[in-house]
Amino acid sequence: MTALTHASPTSTRGASGAGVHGQQHPIGLYLLVWGLLFILSACSYLVDYFDFHGELRWGLIILFMLLKAGLIVAVFMHMAWERLALVAAILVPPLAVLVFVATMALEGDYTRFTRSAFFAPTAVESHAVEH
Amino acid sequence: MTVESVSHKTSIGAQRPPGLNGVVADWASDQRSFKSASWGKAMMWIFLVSDTFIFSCFLISYMTVRMSTTVPWPNASEIFALDIGGRKIPLILIAIMTFDLITSSGTMAIAVNCAYARQRKKAALMMLATAFFGATFVGMQAFEWTTLIREGVRPWGNPFGAAQFGSCFFMITGFHGFHVSMGVLFLLIIARAVWRGDYDRAKPGFFTGRKGRYEIVEIMGLYWHFVDLVWVFIFAFFYLW
Repeated sequence: MTALTHASPTSTRGASGAGVHGQQHPIGLYLLVWGLLFILSACSYLVDYFDFHGELRWGLIILFMLLKAGLIVAVFMHMAWERLALVAAILVPPLAVLVFVATMALEGDYTRFTRSAFFAPTAVESHAVEH
Repeated sequence: MTVESVSHKTSIGAQRPPGLNGVVADWASDQRSFKSASWGKAMMWIFLVSDTFIFSCFLISYMTVRMSTTVPWPNASEIFALDIGGRKIPLILIAIMTFDLITSSGTMAIAVNCAYARQRKKAALMMLATAFFGATFVGMQAFEWTTLIREGVRPWGNPFGAAQFGSCFFMITGFHGFHVSMGVLFLLIIARAVWRGDYDRAKPGFFTGRKGRYEIVEIMGLYWHFVDLVWVFIFAFFYLW
């Protein structure tokens, strides 16, 4: 925990409230995250290289993606050291996007269903072959 | 925990409660809410949240058209393959672009560290390295676009499958590439100011009378890491899915 609460020499603005919280952390930590990002990217590339399919493929892609995003936001963008008020203000609103994803997924499913039923009778078969 | 409280004595966080009580305390009464972030940093974060929504809209519309088309979706793994030494390696160009962008993120993080340590020449060089990797990324993207356009991919159709592939590809990667290009430009401007020692003399930047501070490097870094962050999602959803 001490590494995460590294004191910053630039945060000497005093308690007046207009303080600047300089973010200076050990370079070793950055190099570690850098290495981890390389490994995770290589892993997600290998998912494609070895041609995994189905739920295994999607699960691994999402897992590596979230780990990479988490590392970038937490360490490179210094979210791990910010106060919870800022973290919440930045990270909570994008969660609303998940609702948008859900509604548009429903919409997409419905559109494909109507297209298959009314416009493209032959495409239904080609779609069935594809999956 | 003692080490923690001692090391935080000088910072704003020292006198304020942590956790959820801290959120309530920070937001309550007439005061600024973001105690640990300056104006510039908070504004950059808010810009990045709005940018998140823009890229979310692109990726969600891509999901919707891909789900709703009755024509098979083109196989990205084959389309973005390259011939290297007579062997066709799937998606290799995109993998190289990914590693290139991650490398630029690493040099940017080190530049922020050097800037706060007042090592201005080193910080400027690290920013130049970041700009170089960014420009390389845009170059590879230009190559990728050229190849696809030669193969007949257009926003309204392509020879590989669903017509929507082209519009999604050009829109999403184009907008991301534009972000990278603007980032490179901004990096060069800030790197020049850092190199000259503008922030040692607190020289104001353009459009402002406020004193220039080395914090601008960190704010620039936030933007740059965000560009890398967006690529993580594009790589997963557009190229790998």
